[in-house]
Amino acid sequence: MDWTALFLSLELAAWTVAILLPVSVVMGRVLAFHHFKAKRLVEALVMLPLVLPPTVFGFYMLVAFGRNSPLGAFWLNLFGHQLVFSFEGLVVASVIFNLPFAIQPAQRGFEAIAVEVREAARCCGLSPWRALWKVDLPLAWPGLMTAMVLTFAHTLGEFGIVLMVGGSIPGETKTIAISIYDRVQAFDDAGAGIMAATLVAISLAAITITYVLSARVGRRLS
Amino acid sequence: MTLSVSFRAEGPIPLDVAFEVAPGDLLALVGHSGSGKTTILRSIAGLWTPSTARVSAGGVVWVDTGARVNLAVHRRAIGIVFQSYALFPHMTAAQNVLAAMSTPDRTEAGRILDLVNLQGLADRKPAELSGGQQQRVALARALARKPAVLLLDEPFSAVDRATREKLHAEIIALRAHLAMPVVLVTHDMNEAQLLADRMLVIEKGRVVAEGTTAEVMSDARALRAMGLREVAAMLPAVVVGPEEDGLTRLDTATGPIFLPGVQASPGTRLRVRIMAHEVILSRARPVGLSAQNILPAIVTALQFGDGPAVTVHLAVGETEILARITRRAVAQMGLAPGDAVHAVLKAMSVARDHIAGVAERDQLGTASARRGV
Repeated sequence: MDWTALFLSLELAAWTVAILLPVSVVMGRVLAFHHFKAKRLVEALVMLPLVLPPTVFGFYMLVAFGRNSPLGAFWLNLFGHQLVFSFEGLVVASVIFNLPFAIQPAQRGFEAIAVEVREAARCCGLSPWRALWKVDLPLAWPGLMTAMVLTFAHTLGEFGIVLMVGGSIPGETKTIAISIYDRVQAFDDAGAGIMAATLVAISLAAITITYVLSARVGRRLS
Repeated sequence: MTLSVSFRAEGPIPLDVAFEVAPGDLLALVGHSGSGKTTILRSIAGLWTPSTARVSAGGVVWVDTGARVNLAVHRRAIGIVFQSYALFPHMTAAQNVLAAMSTPDRTEAGRILDLVNLQGLADRKPAELSGGQQQRVALARALARKPAVLLLDEPFSAVDRATREKLHAEIIALRAHLAMPVVLVTHDMNEAQLLADRMLVIEKGRVVAEGTTAEVMSDARALRAMGLREVAAMLPAVVVGPEEDGLTRLDTATGPIFLPGVQASPGTRLRVRIMAHEVILSRARPVGLSAQNILPAIVTALQFGDGPAVTVHLAVGETEILARITRRAVAQMGLAPGDAVHAVLKAMSVARDHIAGVAERDQLGTASARRGV
């Protein structure tokens, strides 16, 4: 059992969720409540990581993060090390490839709030900020929770992009999914099996929790 | 605290209206669906801004497109009740009311819930309440922030008929506590007549008739616009008590009437809708007639239209009722203003929802005197 890889994966998933939660609240609300010309294009861009092969996506990430790109050069100047083949690079890649898993359920969550209920909040004198905390977030909660659990579980399991962008540096970019691949390559079926089972258990538990909580919220609201 | 409204817009929803509502007055905007009445209400709230708009309430300008003033919805001191209740589903009744208060006050929230007859239901979620109860919570929530204007958007159309009648009676009783201008949007002319002091009939975003409810309801053109053929007037009466045969005796200014199905207790002041085409006129007091309700009245005006019918305005004490009779009958009877006649009403023609309570406003005295009946 490669504990370093497991903790690295959990850390990566936690960072991804922490960054994507506010992003999905903002983007989910914008896409659910507003109509603008480029809306379909934005929605398509958000969904793109879902359909692109991880290798294609990883390739563009490498190009964008490399020392010859503006972003890569900026990062190198600021922190003194490259964005590619680093944990920070993995976090950035992970945030981007999880956009569809975070934003789509969040958008559906906000869309489920009746227009009149949101209008009622404004007519009750709630400022946009108070309406967000008192009405929007409690009602969109099942969608947001689904978004975060999917993001968490998907980050644990992502392989192709992590390998492309991060390489396989132990303690830095070698996540559990890559460690499993390593074990299999080394004919260590027992080690791979334990880690694979751990990943299955964590993912299953996370998704079960969302279903249970969503059902509870659904009962409360129906 | 007067509400002053003026809207003009070419499209997508054409509007051309201007009106004022005095404090304590209830104005009904009546019209078919698509007439623009709900758009007017939403524009007062700020949920929509017509191309030219001016709204002020109690001296505060909420929107003035000419002066580039347009307050956000949450900065306008409105209370609104939506057709679909629109309660916050994750909050209890009390929490819904508290959410609308700038400084949450549990005692006050409880008082408001009592006011709308929701004693003991403060901790229920909307899903655990009936439609009528949910609408009462919505009303309590609208009143919670002490609004400068109360807006009611078809508040009774989503509930069943029995509940609607109960809510009507409650609104009438509640009027004594409402010192602000109230605007009611409804497609139901009869509902407007029961509840409102004044009416605006809206068609294609324009006012086609306006005035006190008595004026509008006797205006055949306004009624035609609403697809109603029958004019009607409201006759005030006081409940005396049940008779042995099941009818209830009510006293009017010029005599008793006997009606079925009146549930109110003795002493209650009611308004009874008298349909003009159900009224028969007689010079002499008729005898040997099945109709039991015979009221002495004075002809005040004769209104001739295009058709064979004439609307006869009759003074019954201080108030006016209407009778629709033929030109031929007018000619044969030789009716003229000032004549004394007897109006004959058939008891069974007064349906249950044709009886409305009267708010005892003068005793409670929180609202200014209202116009009309």
